[in-house]
Amino acid sequence: MKPEKKIEPGEQLLSVENVTLRFGGVKAITDVSFDIRKGEVRAIIGPNGAGKTSMLNVINGFYHPQEGRITYRGETRAKMRPHVAATQGIARTFQNVALFKGMSTLDNIMVGRTLKMHKSFFWQLFRHGPAMDEEIEHRKFVEEIIDFLEIEHIRKVPVGKLPYGLQKRVELGRALAMEPELLLLDEPMAGMNLEEKEDMCRFILDTKEQYGTTIALIEHDMGVVMDLSDRVVVLEYGIKIADGTPEEVKSNQKVIDAYLGVAH
Amino acid sequence: MTADATAGLDTFPKWLEHNAKVRPSRPAMRHKDLGIWKEWSWAEVHRTVRSYALGLMAHGLQRGDKIAIIGTNRPKLYWSIMAAQTLGAVPVPVYADAVADEMAYVLDHAEVRFACVEDQEQVDKILSVADRLAAIQMVFYDEPRGLRDYDHSRLQPIDEVIAQGDATMLADPDAVRRLDQAIADGKGADVSVMLYTSGTTGRSKGVMLSAGGCVNAAKDTVAFDRLTEDDQVIAYLPLAWVGDHYLNYAQALVAGFTINCPESPDTAVEDRREVGTTFAFAPPRVYEGMLTRIMIRMEDAGALKRNMFHYYLGVAKKWGEKILDGKSVPLLARLNYALGEALVYGPLKNVLGFSSVRIAYTAGEAMGPELFSFYRSIGINLKQLYGQTEAFLYVTSQTDHAVRADCVGPATPNVEIKIADDGEVLYKSPGQFIGYFKEPEKTAETMTPDGYVKTGDAGFFEKDGQLRIIDRAKDVGKLRNGALFAPKYIENKLKFFPNIREVVAFGQGEEHVSVFINIDLTAVGNWAERNNVSYGSYQELANNRQVYEIIAGHVAEVNRQLAEEPMMAKAQVHRFLVLHKELDADDGELTRTQKVRRGFIAERYAPLVTALYDGSTEADISTEVTFEDGRKGSISARVRVMDAKTFEPVAPAASQAA
Repeated sequence: MKPEKKIEPGEQLLSVENVTLRFGGVKAITDVSFDIRKGEVRAIIGPNGAGKTSMLNVINGFYHPQEGRITYRGETRAKMRPHVAATQGIARTFQNVALFKGMSTLDNIMVGRTLKMHKSFFWQLFRHGPAMDEEIEHRKFVEEIIDFLEIEHIRKVPVGKLPYGLQKRVELGRALAMEPELLLLDEPMAGMNLEEKEDMCRFILDTKEQYGTTIALIEHDMGVVMDLSDRVVVLEYGIKIADGTPEEVKSNQKVIDAYLGVAH
Repeated sequence: MTADATAGLDTFPKWLEHNAKVRPSRPAMRHKDLGIWKEWSWAEVHRTVRSYALGLMAHGLQRGDKIAIIGTNRPKLYWSIMAAQTLGAVPVPVYADAVADEMAYVLDHAEVRFACVEDQEQVDKILSVADRLAAIQMVFYDEPRGLRDYDHSRLQPIDEVIAQGDATMLADPDAVRRLDQAIADGKGADVSVMLYTSGTTGRSKGVMLSAGGCVNAAKDTVAFDRLTEDDQVIAYLPLAWVGDHYLNYAQALVAGFTINCPESPDTAVEDRREVGTTFAFAPPRVYEGMLTRIMIRMEDAGALKRNMFHYYLGVAKKWGEKILDGKSVPLLARLNYALGEALVYGPLKNVLGFSSVRIAYTAGEAMGPELFSFYRSIGINLKQLYGQTEAFLYVTSQTDHAVRADCVGPATPNVEIKIADDGEVLYKSPGQFIGYFKEPEKTAETMTPDGYVKTGDAGFFEKDGQLRIIDRAKDVGKLRNGALFAPKYIENKLKFFPNIREVVAFGQGEEHVSVFINIDLTAVGNWAERNNVSYGSYQELANNRQVYEIIAGHVAEVNRQLAEEPMMAKAQVHRFLVLHKELDADDGELTRTQKVRRGFIAERYAPLVTALYDGSTEADISTEVTFEDGRKGSISARVRVMDAKTFEPVAPAASQAA
C-alpha cells in the first residue's frame, strides 16, 4: 500500500508544528516545530531527558501530543496509530534492541515484510501455492538487505546469540525490509566500538543513497552527528533551542551551554 | 582428454578455449549471491571472458601491460585475470587487506595501468594514493554500492566493460580477429602472472611466472593427485597468494574442475559444506581454529554426547590413521571404527564441510603432530606440501599413504632438490620463476650458478626420503654459549598449544632463550568464562595472573621436550612474557601471510626485550597501533615477565636408565 503521491527530494516530507506532549503534569515536549525534507539525514540531539525519544514516538504515532499538528506527505493528522504509520512508510529502530531473540536473523528481517504480505490466511497457513510464491518474492528482497548489511554469515544464527553491534544491524535490516520512506533511528550507535560505529555510518549513508530513504536519527556521538546529518535540531528540556546545519548548530551559544552547562 | 589435444596448450587462455570445447556445459565457476549459488559453465565463462577482454582492449590494454586485481575471491576477479591473460597482459593480484600504503608500493612498482577491484573499499584505497601512481589510467569495479556519486572519469563497473565487449563482439569482426590473434600469439615463455611475495623480509618482490611453467607445474600435480573435472574447490585463499593462483586457478583450468566462490570470507566454512569440496587446502591455523571451536562446543554438549565423542576420538586415535594408510587392522577395531564413523566422525566431517574431501593439504607452517593426527584419524586424507612463490608453489608433496607430521614429503614430480653445504634447501622446478620484476640483482642472489633456486630454508632429508624443514636458514643462530638456536622450532612447539596463538623467540647471541607470547583469545577466553575470570579486553586477560600460570605450564612442558633432544636441550626457554596486544599485520608485526617479523618486533618492543634479559619482573611499554582505516592510536601497558621452569638435559640413553 505505497502512497500514490510522489514527493521530490528536497520537498517537505514531514512537519511537526507547535507540538506539546504532556505526561500528567510533566511536559516532555513544549511547542516544538521542525520539518524533515525528503532525502535528508535529520538528526535530533540534546542532553539526556531532552525529549528526543518522545519526539520520535510522536512522529511514529506511539504518543499522541495534546497540542500541535503533524503533517506527513501533505496530510495533517492529530492522532495516528503506529501500525498506520508503518503502512504509510515510517519505520524505526529502538534505543534498546527490540528483536525476537530466539529467531534467526533471516526470520527477524522477514518479519519486516509482514505488512507487505497479502495472500490469504488460508494459503499462509499451509505455506503453499500463492503464499509460497509470495514468500519467495519477499525472501529475495530480504536477501538483498542481508547482502547490503553484510550479515550473510549470521543469516541462520539466532539473534540472541549475536553481539550487540550485529543485533543493531539486524534491527536496521528489519526496518529496511519495510521499504520505509522515512526511517527513524533511535541511537543507532549506542554502545558500539569505533569500528562498529564506522560500519553503521556507512550503512546509514548507503541506505540513503541506495534506497533513497529519508532518515531521522537520535544520536549522542557528536562526531557521528556532524559527519552524517544534513540538518540538526537540538532539544533541551523539551524545548527546541536550535535548528540548522551541523556547522550552524555547533557554533550556537545555546547549544554549547546546553552541552557544557552554564552557571544559572 | 588425450595427451595430443592438450600438448600444445601452453597458456591459460588456450586452456580456457580447450575447456569450453571439451566440456562446455560442465560448471566452471559458482558464486553464492543473495543466498543462492549461481553457476557458470565453461562455455559461459569462455564467452564472458572474451567479451571482457574485448572491452579491456577498447580501453587500450595491451600485451605486457600490468593490471592489478584486488579483492576477495569473486568470479569477476577471476575473469579479470583470464581476460588480462587473453590479451597477453600480466595480472598482478594484490592482497585485499593491504593498507593503502602497502598497496601503493606494489601498484607503483609493478607499473600497473589498470586495476580491477571488488568494491568501494578498494576504490577508496586506490584513490587515496592516486597521486603516487602515475601509470594508472582506469579502475574497474565489481560491486557498485556506495560508488554512485564518485567521479566516473577514471572509474567503470566491470559489468559495463563486459557489455561493451559484447557489443564489439557483434559489431566489429576486426576486433574479434585481433583478440584471436592475441590468444594465438601467447607463448609458454610469456609472463603469465606476477605475484608479490608476502615480504617476510622487507619490501615484497614481484615474482614473474611464465605461462608454460605454470601450465606444466599444474599438469604435474593434477596427475599426481588425480584431479578431474568432477572435483570441487572452494576459493577463499587470498587471490594474491600463490596458493590460490595455483591450487584453484591453475589446477581448475588444467583439470577442468569447478571453482566455488563463497558468499563472503566469513561464510567460507558454511559454503564449503554446501558445495561438498573434494580438494581442500588450508594453512595449519585454520585447521587449528576449527578443532578449537569443536572442542569448545563439545564441552557444552550433554554428558552422553560428550562421552561418546571422547570415546570415539580415542578409537580414531588408535586405529584411524592405520585404516587411512591401508595397514592391517583387526576386524573388531574396524567395526568399532565404522560405528564411530556413523556416530561421530561422519557428522563431525559434515559440520567441518569435509564430508566429500578426497585430498586436503596444509602448508606454510609446521603443524602440530597431534592436530595433524586428529584430522587424519577421523578419515580426512590430510597431507603436507612445501613450496614457495618462486617455485609456483610445489617443491615437495606427500603421497597418499606416506604421510607424517614432521616432514613435508619427497620432491613433487619433475622437481629436483638438493641440500647445500650450509643446510639450505635448493630446487629446480617446472614452474620455477623467471625472475623478480625490475630486480635482477635480487634474482641473481636467489639463484645458484648451476640454476637452482635457494629457498632460504634450512632442512634435511629423512631416511624415508621426506624433506624436513627446521627453520629459515638465516634465522638459525647460536646462543652465547654456542648452543644451536632455531627460533621457529621453539615457537612452533609452543604454538601447538591451543591457548597460544603466536610466539616470538629471542636468543641470538644471548645468554638464554626467552619468548613473547600471544594468547589465543578464543581458547583462553573460553577458559576464563568457565572459571569465572572476568576481563574487559585482550590486554586485561593477557595480564591475568592465572593465565600466566597456564602459559608457564605450557612453557615448562616444551622445555621438558627440548631437554630430551640433544641438539636443542640447551635452547630451553628461560623467561617469557605475554604481550599486551595481538600481533597484527596492519602494524607490520606479521606479514600478510601471518608470519612473525622477528627483527621488527624486537625493535618495536625493545623495552620488553630488555626486561626479558635484565631480570626485572615488570616492564612498561607504549606502542603505536594502526586501525584498519589507516588512523593511528597508541596502547600502553605494564607487562609481567616470568621465569620458566627448565630441565636438565637428558641424553636419550640416560632417560631410559632413569
